[in-house]
Formats: sequence, C-alpha cells, structure tokens
Amino acid sequence: MQQRSPKQSKEPNLPLPQAYPEGHKGEGRGEGAAIANPTSNHPSSLVINVEGLSKRFNGLLAVNNLALQVRRGEIYGFLGPNGSGKTTTIRMLCGLLTPDGGRGTCLGYDVIRETALIKRQVGYMTQRFSLYEDLSIRENLDFTARIYGMANRRRVVDQALERLGLGDRQKQLAGNLSGGWKQRLALAACMLHEPKLLLLDEPTAGVDPKARRDFWDEIHRLAGEGITVLVSTHYMDEAERCHRLAYIAYGTLLAQGTVAEVVENSGIVTWMVECADVYALGAQLRGRAGIEQVVPFGNVLHVSGTDRALLEQSIAPFRELGECRWTAIQPGLEDVFIQMMEGARDNV
Amino acid sequence: MSERFAWHRFIAVVMKEFIQMRRDRLTFAMMVGIPLIQLVLFGFAINSDPKNLPTAVLSADHSEFSRSFVRALENSSYFKVTAQPASEREAERMIAEGEVQFVVNIPQNFSRRLQRGEHPAILIEADATDPTAVGNAVGALSQLAQSALDHDLRGVLQPLQGKPAPFEVRLHRRYNPEGITQYNIVPGLMGVILTMTMIMQTGLAMTRERERGTMENLLATPVRPFEVMAGKIVPYIMVGYIQVTLILLAARLIFGVPILGSVMLLYIVVLAFIAANLSVGLMFSTVAKNQMQAMQMTFFFFLPSMLLSGFMFPFRGMPEWAQKVGSVLPLTHFLRMVRGILLKGNGLLETLPHLWPIGLFLLTVVAIGLKRYRKTLD
Ligand SMILES: Nc1ncnc2c1ncn2[C@@H]1O[C@H](COP(=O)(O)OP(=O)(O)O)[C@@H](O)[C@H]1O
Ligand SMILES: [Mg+2]
Repeated sequence: MQQRSPKQSKEPNLPLPQAYPEGHKGEGRGEGAAIANPTSNHPSSLVINVEGLSKRFNGLLAVNNLALQVRRGEIYGFLGPNGSGKTTTIRMLCGLLTPDGGRGTCLGYDVIRETALIKRQVGYMTQRFSLYEDLSIRENLDFTARIYGMANRRRVVDQALERLGLGDRQKQLAGNLSGGWKQRLALAACMLHEPKLLLLDEPTAGVDPKARRDFWDEIHRLAGEGITVLVSTHYMDEAERCHRLAYIAYGTLLAQGTVAEVVENSGIVTWMVECADVYALGAQLRGRAGIEQVVPFGNVLHVSGTDRALLEQSIAPFRELGECRWTAIQPGLEDVFIQMMEGARDNV
Repeated sequence: MSERFAWHRFIAVVMKEFIQMRRDRLTFAMMVGIPLIQLVLFGFAINSDPKNLPTAVLSADHSEFSRSFVRALENSSYFKVTAQPASEREAERMIAEGEVQFVVNIPQNFSRRLQRGEHPAILIEADATDPTAVGNAVGALSQLAQSALDHDLRGVLQPLQGKPAPFEVRLHRRYNPEGITQYNIVPGLMGVILTMTMIMQTGLAMTRERERGTMENLLATPVRPFEVMAGKIVPYIMVGYIQVTLILLAARLIFGVPILGSVMLLYIVVLAFIAANLSVGLMFSTVAKNQMQAMQMTFFFFLPSMLLSGFMFPFRGMPEWAQKVGSVLPLTHFLRMVRGILLKGNGLLETLPHLWPIGLFLLTVVAIGLKRYRKTLD
C-alpha cells in the first residue's frame, strides 16, 4: 500500500545533514527541496551519467531511452509506479543487466564494459531481501566482508554490528528478523566495503514509519559523509527528503529536478476544497472540462488540471455557491506524479 | 576479464556453504540416509544374458584341435576372441583391467595328450566380479567340452568322442569365486549413490540462490563464476567422502565384501568421480530455472547412469549403442575402478585406464558450466 497522506510531508523537519546547510526552503517541504551542489553538472562531479539507456524483456520495453545524471554527494530519489522500470534501471547501473542500448558511466566506469570495476565500489541493496536467511546476522556480514577481501574483517564486522545496534543479537538468523531490521541489516551489508555510491531499491517498502524515519536519517548521515545515494521509492514523503529526484513511468523518464522544480515544471494547477460532503462534491466535479484529477484527502478535496483557464471556468459555479471553501494551493508531488502518469499512459 | 581468481572470495563461498549445509539438517540427514537405505534395499540381483564377451586366448599349442576349440567357443556366441596375448603376464593385465572377461589357457602338448586319450585340461579364467555377466557363458562351457572336437575326432580317434569328454575344461572364477552378487552390487552402489546425491545437492545449491533471490546479491559483488562454483563444490566433496566411508564400512561389516586393494587408492580416485558429478550438478543449475527443474535434470542424468553403466545390467550384455553411451558416463568407469580395487586388488596402474575418461568428462562439464554461468540477471 502506498501511503497517500500529504500530511506526512508536513511533519517537523528533521535536522539537516551537515553537508547541505543552505538547503531548507520552507513550504513544509523537508530538506529534500535543497539542491545538493547547485553549481555543477560538470561530468567530473557526476557519479552517474547515462543516456539512452534501454532494456527490453522478450520484446517488451521495460526502460526506454533513459538519461540520468546524479551528482556526487547527493541523495537522488527515483520514483515511479510499480513496473515502471526502476529496478531494471538500477540493475543496469551496477552491471547486473546488460543494457540493450545506451551508454554512460557510473563512478567514472563504463556501464557496459567495466561492470566488474563498478561492482567493487557500489553498494547495492536489492528490493527483495537478498542476504542469506539461514545465516546469522554476523555470518552474513562476515561473508560480505570476505567477498570484498576486507583486511580487518573482524573489526569491520564488529563495528557494523555495533552501529546497527545488533551486537547482542548477532547470532540470530537473518530470516528471523522483522522487516525493518532486515532493511537495516541489508544496508549495513552493502555499506561494509565502504562504497562511494549506494543504490537502494525501495529500501523502506513495508517498513513501519519509525523505522523509515531512522532509515532516512541514516541515509542523510551517509550523504553527509560524501556518499552518493540513488534511492527508489514510492513514498511521497521520502521523495521530499531527496535533494533531487526523477520520475519514471512505463520505462520513460517524465521529470527530473528538485521537488520545487518538478512541481513548477509540471504546469499543474490545484485547488483545495474544504467541504461538508467531499464525496458528493467530488462526484459532481469529475468529468468536467479541465478537471483532470479529483482526489479526496480526508475532509478536503484536491482538484487539479493542467489548463488553468478551463479548470477555473469549470469550478466557478461551485465557488459561487459558497458552500465550500476554495483555496488555490501548490500542488503536491503526488498530484504531479499522478497527472504525469495519466499523461504518459495516454501516449503509450 | 582481467581479474583473477581470489582465494578470499573462494573461501567466503566455501564457509557460507558449510554453514548453510550444517543448518539444513534434513538435507544433511538425507545425504547420509540415502546410502544406508539403498544399501538395505538393494539385496537382490538383476539377471541378464550377455553374449560376445571379450576373451583372450593364450595358446601354447597351435594344433587343429585348439583352433577347433576356439572356434567352438565363438560359435557358442558367448565368447568373442578379442586378443591373443603373448604372455601370461599380459593376459593377467587384461583381465585385471577389465579389457577381457575371460582368459582361455590352452596348455602345451594339448593336442598330443588329447590324442593319447589323457584328457588334458583347458583352463578358463573368468572375471567373476559381476557373477551375472559370466553365469550363462560358464554354463555353456560344459556343453562345449563334449562336442567341440567331434568333427576332428574321426578315424582312429573316433573312440575319443562322447563320454567322457576328450578333454576337460577347468574354470577358474577369479575375484568372486562364489559368485556372490552383493560383492558386485555393494561397491557399485557406492557409485550410484554418489551420482545421485552429488548431482542433486549441487544442482539445488545454485538454483536455491536464484529462487531465494540471494543470487542478485551475489552477482552484485565482485565474486567470479569459478570462485562460486569451486566454493560450492568443496563442502560436498566432504559429504561424498562421508558417504564413501559409510558404504565401505557397510560393505565390509554387513555384506562381507572383500577389500583386496588399497583403500587409500580408492579414496584418491573417488575424488575425480565426486568432482565429476558435482560439476554435472553445477552445470544443470546454470540451466535450470528453479529447484524443481534441477531435480528433474538430476534424474534425467541419473537414470541412464544407473541403467547403462553396468550397475543394473552387465555392461557387455548391452547393445553397442548403449555401451557407447555408457562409456561416456563417469559411473561406468567408476564401477570398474571400484570393483577392480576392492575385488581384484588392482593398483594404480590397472586403475588409470578408467581414471582419465572421468577426468576428461570433468573438464568438459566444468567448461560448459563456466560458459553457461550467467554473470548477469539477463
Ligand atoms: N527479468 C525480467 N524478465 C522479464 N520481464 C521483466 C524482468 N524484470 C522486469 N521485467 C518487467 O520490466 C518492467 C519493469 O520492471 P521493474 O524494473 O521491476 O519495475 P519497478 O522496479 O519500477 O517496479 C515490468 O513490466 C516487469 O514486468
Ligand atoms: Mg522494483
């Protein structure tokens, strides 16, 4: 289940990571709206720089001509509905899938020819828990440390356990951990070899809010240390904690930039209606010219469209009735994404 | 592919496999249990009537009579003269290596003593490790002595015809004089059990990674295909040795199978056989999509191994095409090695001719497996 409450993004802002002190823009929109490093799109500061990336599965286009630029030290959100090609893209970035087309670099290495070198420096956290459930927590970390040939294996593992807070449960089988702990263990495992780039594929799916909050604090701490993070998610509140993000649907990149940029460039107009019976009103509004989305959020209704004049013309009669309170608002990310997805589907 | 094999990654995989094996009690119990159950169940013998068994004729008498006898042997359709060794030593080697099933010894002065009516003896040595393989041929021998020379014994020699037979055929059953089938089956079971469990376990080991999703994590690390394959093989080699030991103990203590050769040598050559089977399992797992398929492929390989290797039916009783298929299979050669070492007391020299086909098989399969191992999820 997707969490749909926009209120979540209005939670008290978390302490900002050290590296981005200038980041806070207000508007109840988390530090994600900040630009990590506004100056440079210069190739040397791009940790991921790919273009034209395509992948087909049995003739079906899963990723279509995708371009992605991720800068050093930023938390880059990768959003899109299920089946939109997020996992496929991430797998192509770390050499697990061979792209059918496209080119580019990851950490400066060619994504097609130098996958072995990429693998050494990337920490990839799979969407599905992929550590060994029949190995204990410690054994899993120890295995990873051995694979990467870490010189001070015992110490590295001890430290990781300590940071995880799992020191006293290190003998427990990984398969017996709860979802949140599994995610944290997986993160610890893919961090063990001190990668420069983290690829996290829906790391917080199915994890409770508190654990998600902790997880994101950890990600920001890592970004503060200069690690680049590409994280896929479909939680809007998480999207807003990213420095920049990309939105992908049906394998096609639909938007890219900071949250503010994405919202601004979408050209969507949203009105919020507070009303006694939002459902009755919603039924009346739906289908009218210029009204493309009518979404109830508790006691309020979000009414959105891309054609301002047409939308305002359509809602004018309802506003004149004066039964409800109408306010023009900044559309939320979710409004924008749903709008984009509808648009993209029409083009498919 | 400039990177090289790295011990630390290989060791990592080995350690992981050991831990997983230890945790998976049921599988571990099965790997020990299967040999015991099969040993108990296989108390029966399977009969067949093989013909044209390769025979060496060591003749010190070049007379019309000895030629007639050999012709009569061949006419019985059980014997086929494939070699004429020059010395007893050579004949001995042939039977020890399993090149021939019988050695016919025609003594000097055979014809002279025959003509004098002294009832000379022809000695036939039979490789009786597999009693069913020689049973009917031996039966045919007694007939032979009666009538083989009827055609030659005319004129003055006419009275020598009929009873008692003009000469005697003395049969010497080598290696398994009492024709006890367990002597043959129990060492054979060692090969059969190893084939089944080794292929199945490694076949499952890799597909399990894919099914549980851990393959994705493994592939995302710098670990190389050979490191994974070798790392997965090593723990099962140990299991293989446990099985060999169990079967040897059972063979000796329960079935009283003689152990004439060196157990040490057996433990050494068994390694090639275990490795060959493990690599088959790994190759299957690079093709199979899930554990179910790996299991089916195991049986697909296991059945012909069991049927065409000489375990179920005497190898020489099979049609030629079946023998050809059989001689590719590692089990065929392993059976000969094991029976040779245990029952014939063969040494390394007699064992080598069956060792290299297994080695060749191993190399081929590992090469295919490495080629097929996917380094991506494509
Ligand atoms: N290994 C595969 N074989 C066939 N189709 C696949 C494979 N992996 C992904 N797909 C398809 O590609 C599309 C994109 O999938 P995916 O990248 O997993 O999306 P997301 O991670 O955004 O949910 C989906 O339609 C999915 O069914
Ligand atoms: Mg996915």
